[in-house]
Amino acid sequence: MLSIDRSIVDAIVAHARRDHPDEACGVVAGPVGSDTPTRHIPMENAARSMTFYEFDSMEQLRVWREMDDRDEEPVVIYHSHTATEAYPSRTDISFAGEPGAHYLLVSTREPDTEEIRSFRIVDGVVTEEPVRILDAGVDPHAVQSYMFGQSPATVDYECSDR
Amino acid sequence: MAIEVRIPTILRSYTGGAKVVEGSGDTLNDLLTDLDSRHAGLRGRLVTEAGVLHRFVNVYVNDEDVRFLGALDAKLNDGDSVTILPAVAGGAFGFAAAAAIAQHVAAGRRVPVTLG
Repeated sequence: MLSIDRSIVDAIVAHARRDHPDEACGVVAGPVGSDTPTRHIPMENAARSMTFYEFDSMEQLRVWREMDDRDEEPVVIYHSHTATEAYPSRTDISFAGEPGAHYLLVSTREPDTEEIRSFRIVDGVVTEEPVRILDAGVDPHAVQSYMFGQSPATVDYECSDR
Repeated sequence: MAIEVRIPTILRSYTGGAKVVEGSGDTLNDLLTDLDSRHAGLRGRLVTEAGVLHRFVNVYVNDEDVRFLGALDAKLNDGDSVTILPAVAGGAFGFAAAAAIAQHVAAGRRVPVTLG
């Protein structure tokens, strides 16, 4: 399960909408071992493509070093699909090189709603996981699950049957 | 002659979990051969059977991407720091398909799809 603050999800969605119809990509760093994404880092899509994304290698080196200096790791690696569903493509799977990361996909193909899904990709095997969106300042013991289309404190996006 | 090499998480199974290892060599190619003598299999994850750097990794010498320094022929000096990172890339469109289209372009054929 990926637990992530609503403010970070909102920032990721805003980034994806801003770059639409090109694919957007980035990282959410968090303290090593915490599995908690805390620092949103939008990255440049060096491919500037509607169907492909690629971190700029020099920007990546700078960001990865910065994470290292701060005892952080890439907890979430995200990108958007702008005309297809939020499910990893074969390309996504062959490139996935951070076995500890949550691979978050946002589909912006619908103008008014976003599809947000998260996956683990290890040794070419894709495993979808639920996404739990947390509102800061809400009592974590009072967490409730809702479906799409409401405005609850917490939303569990259930995995579809795959 | 010691060169510090930073190993990404995904390849630390080859280094007994070590994040940083040391090696030697006058070029990146020599360094990877040297590393492979102690960390068997590591080189194969970085270099293809055709003998070029794998598309899925980024390798840096100090602050430079080795793709701009001659790739495997990049010259190394004592005290250099080599960093290996997994390339982060992907997207909705199959990379194999993109490569096939690029080859069509190279062959001078008309291509029905435009890559963004």
